[in-house]
Amino acid sequence: MSDYNPMELMIAAASRELEDGASVAVGTGAPCAAAMLAQKIYAPSLLILFEAGGVDPKLPEMPISVGDSRSFYEACMAGTMADIMSTCARGFVDYTFLGGAQIDMYGNLNSTIIGDDHKKPKVRLPGSGGANDFGSLCWRMMVMTNQDRRRFVEKVDYVTTPGWLEGGDSRQNSGLPLDSGPYKIITDMGVMDFEPESKRMRVISVNPGFSFDDMQENCGFELLRSNKIVETAPPTEQELEVLRNEVDPYRYVIGRG
Amino acid sequence: MDVLAEGQGEIFTNPDPDEARAFFRTKSRRLENKQTTLKDAIAKYVNNGDYLAIGGFGANRTPVAACHEIVRQGKKKLGFAGHTATHDMQVLSVGEVYDRVDVAYVVGLEARGLSKCTRKYIESGRVKLTEWTNYLLSVRLQAAAANVPFYPVRVSMGTDTFKYSAGKVVACPFTGKKVKLVPALYPDVSVIHVHEADVYGNARFSGIGIADLELASASKRLIITTEKLISNKEIRSAPDLTKIPYYLVDAVCQVPFGAYPGNMAGEYFSDEEHLQEWLDAEKDPEAFREFVNKNIYDCSTHEEYINRNGGLEKMGALRAKELLLDREV
Repeated sequence: MSDYNPMELMIAAASRELEDGASVAVGTGAPCAAAMLAQKIYAPSLLILFEAGGVDPKLPEMPISVGDSRSFYEACMAGTMADIMSTCARGFVDYTFLGGAQIDMYGNLNSTIIGDDHKKPKVRLPGSGGANDFGSLCWRMMVMTNQDRRRFVEKVDYVTTPGWLEGGDSRQNSGLPLDSGPYKIITDMGVMDFEPESKRMRVISVNPGFSFDDMQENCGFELLRSNKIVETAPPTEQELEVLRNEVDPYRYVIGRG
Repeated sequence: MDVLAEGQGEIFTNPDPDEARAFFRTKSRRLENKQTTLKDAIAKYVNNGDYLAIGGFGANRTPVAACHEIVRQGKKKLGFAGHTATHDMQVLSVGEVYDRVDVAYVVGLEARGLSKCTRKYIESGRVKLTEWTNYLLSVRLQAAAANVPFYPVRVSMGTDTFKYSAGKVVACPFTGKKVKLVPALYPDVSVIHVHEADVYGNARFSGIGIADLELASASKRLIITTEKLISNKEIRSAPDLTKIPYYLVDAVCQVPFGAYPGNMAGEYFSDEEHLQEWLDAEKDPEAFREFVNKNIYDCSTHEEYINRNGGLEKMGALRAKELLLDREV
């Protein structure tokens, strides 16, 4: 087994979630790397969409912006933002990857402010962009992130993007499209899903070298545990080779691992 | 329809469809020559207090030259549609030209980092903010383009993005489902950068449209900056390529490399080194003052800005990068 870093593991684990024939709305960075890796190994007909209008590009390299010309290079269509978002709204998009400065036990994400005063925050972050749209409209939302207590918090300062809101039936009752919502949270320590009734975050696998206790220690709320917690499969030789040589040869993303 | 929930944000523009129709009734339908300099177009069509929207996507097919000119002319108290704003907003923040923003995406430059100068201004509390999403601003423009007062969507309910928006949740009269209504957005003035236009304003661009088609229709006044001018005969030889018809347009300005240092699809890639220089310069107020003097205030035209940053040689290199010429065998 060759050495790998946590970022490479997260990207490999994420890529295995994307089955052939599925569609995924991605941003730049790690999500894009996961989608490209999936397309090259597991899901050759994976449909990749970018929010600014790119549909099924043959990515020559990872885009720097979700609207730069790489995001529609040799694409099937260079459309508009409304094309992509309304496609998500109609239920055509199976997966999306999002991130944020904070996440809570229901998968609600904050990428807007740190602090409790919207008018005068301690730190102003970019805001939703297309994240709330994707998180509202795509069937299954996933997150790839490092796990620590600053990020995994009891209460996010601001709900930018909906997770399962307050858990239970709250998302279903909110008016958001039925049956859409957070699906998997992939961290440098393990993988979590959401317990079907309470919609609380639940550990389903731990990455090599980590335990459930490590994950709990690095999380600001109580994690549920699945009946059977397995070990996350480390990246395969093939995954690492494709990731390093074809997907991210300049190590823009995996260099941060 | 009963309002079930409503956001507490302020609406910065009037969504009234008849007010908009009355305005558009006064707009010229004549096929007349609208070519002018960027300096004159900004002076004439961007007024202090206006609500401004910028086309493109952050640093992609964005009218950067126009943003520089707005700052140079010292425009103030503008409203701003912060949809997918990145480098455009970074430039506008230099002059603190805006004091109210419809936020979808602000202060960041995607994976490149955050603009310290924009962040400081927004965190000062001197800017009014109403929160939306990229899609919500896009459909607010679509509502305006269709001259309906609102657009119903099924995003953001239950979040703080809703709470700080000016949207309202109602029960749909047909299905009973909850929907969020967002008000039509008619910018006073917009600037869109394109690949080709004629002097009348018929405009073409290639690549993704982002929200520019609805933006062009929704805007009361519209300035087009174009990489190059083409003849009206050429426009008429392929009318299916026209993305923006002339009657929406008030001014046409030829600005080669007008999206630099951003990306222009098929023409030139973004100048990532220079964009990094921007972000780095912002860390030190003294250095940043010098930087913006060099790159904005002391330049009389966009050409001068480009010449100060590598000129045609740099543009040639960015063109090679855009076209992936290093991969040719």
